Amino acid sequence: MDAIELHRIGRSFEDVELRVAEREIVAIVGPNGCGKSTLLRVISGLLAPDHGQVLAFDSTVAGPEPRIGLVFQEPRLLPWRSVLDNVAFPLELAGVGRSDRVARAREVIRLTGLEGFDEAFPDQLSGGMAQRASLARALAPEPDVLLLDEPFSALDAMTRERLDDELLRLWGQTGTTIVLVSHSISEAVFLSDRVLVMTQRPGRIIAEVPVMASRPRSLSGSRASAFSQAADRVRALLTSPDPAGAVA
Amino acid sequence: MTKVAPPVGIRARVSGVKRPSAWRQFAHDVTPVLAAGAIFVLGWAAIVRLGDYPPYILPGPLPVAERFVSGWTSGIIGPHFWTTLAEVLLGLAVGGTAALLTGVLLARSRLAARMLSPYIVAAQATPILALAPLIALWFGTGLSSRVLICALICFFPIAVGTMVGIRSVDPKLIELGRSFRASRRQRLTRIEVPSALPQILGSFRIGVTLAVVGAIVAEWAGGDTGLGVLINLARGSMFDIPLMFATLLTIAVMGVTLYLIVVAIERRLVRTPR
Repeated sequence: MDAIELHRIGRSFEDVELRVAEREIVAIVGPNGCGKSTLLRVISGLLAPDHGQVLAFDSTVAGPEPRIGLVFQEPRLLPWRSVLDNVAFPLELAGVGRSDRVARAREVIRLTGLEGFDEAFPDQLSGGMAQRASLARALAPEPDVLLLDEPFSALDAMTRERLDDELLRLWGQTGTTIVLVSHSISEAVFLSDRVLVMTQRPGRIIAEVPVMASRPRSLSGSRASAFSQAADRVRALLTSPDPAGAVA
Repeated sequence: MTKVAPPVGIRARVSGVKRPSAWRQFAHDVTPVLAAGAIFVLGWAAIVRLGDYPPYILPGPLPVAERFVSGWTSGIIGPHFWTTLAEVLLGLAVGGTAALLTGVLLARSRLAARMLSPYIVAAQATPILALAPLIALWFGTGLSSRVLICALICFFPIAVGTMVGIRSVDPKLIELGRSFRASRRQRLTRIEVPSALPQILGSFRIGVTLAVVGAIVAEWAGGDTGLGVLINLARGSMFDIPLMFATLLTIAVMGVTLYLIVVAIERRLVRTPR
């Protein structure tokens, strides 16, 4: 049983077939406008595909569900709510009682390194902190699958690397399956087990690049060569998007 | 696990330590108001003195102040005041509720907006002064027709404010709600209304002052209590022009107080970043 299965789904992109195993991390990279964010929204159930079928753990995804969490490109925190109330927001919508949802929210706030910011408001947070809060909010309902739409792309490079690190740590602790969209090749390679390369016009997945680096991973150290190999292949595929020619 | 200590600035802002003391803030806010008031009163006194106007044309600030105090202590103004206040508050409650519901409807449904908007605007453009006698004719000169007039006059700004506020909610927040399976009701109460609250309360600021005007206009259409009635009495049968000015002052104080209450509610409900 796979965490996510896509059967010939199409929308602004051509038919996409994809299987993501449980606890796998898959990254989708591609130029702007290739439909990768749309693809992620289709997987999340926010958008319906024009045709094809989306399955999560063998059951059809017909709309947004608690077992699939989505982290947007921007934090999208509700500016009138504190961090705690923002993180508890999905639980509140789901009808979880006040004390239970506060306890759960505090737990994920701790998990995402936001301790001490419970009562802060979004306009008091740095970009990195706000995105942590957004991640905490997505984790609050304990999703089995986490979808990330260029989650750290608006942040500076250092903050971004740190959050990438933390994301892997969270993945180790929570055991969720992750599908992420990125336009950073190095980020995609660092995080994922497989990188799917998408091209524009027509938007389609042209290749899949496995990343042969064992976990736990860190940016420095022995796995650097595995990362750079995978990154080179992805880069080659993106610059000469003819799959036959590029796969060396 | 990485933990990040909250920067000192955030702690201070969250707990309110760094804010100036409440008294200093108050003095800072109120001093210019008092200064402007003093200039107005002095100017008024100067005009009366220089023009040598008799009190039945333009009484000076001092006779008006004296009449204001005696009007209240002798119980002339009080009953009229409470009548008007009740009309204003009830009118605001009725008109405000109807306007909030209509505003949400107009924001939600393009069809409703197309059908209703022209008529709501047309109704607003019709002078309430012309409608008031008609409403008094239909519903009598009692409380209900006065509340209706107050409600009608404050309806428009609140309905429009609510509509504009809800229409301008960030669609990204709506999508966020959808991703967490918010129901239509939750979308309204947890996302749209809180997000539109600054505009809605801003429209209540206008509505509350208009409701006072509505009450006075309604009282002129008939009846025997209310500050509008008292103005007519003071100007007419009583021929007590200082009392008329004292009544105007009472109306102004009521309007300002109600306005400030809305502002206070706004300060409580809407977080403004410092």
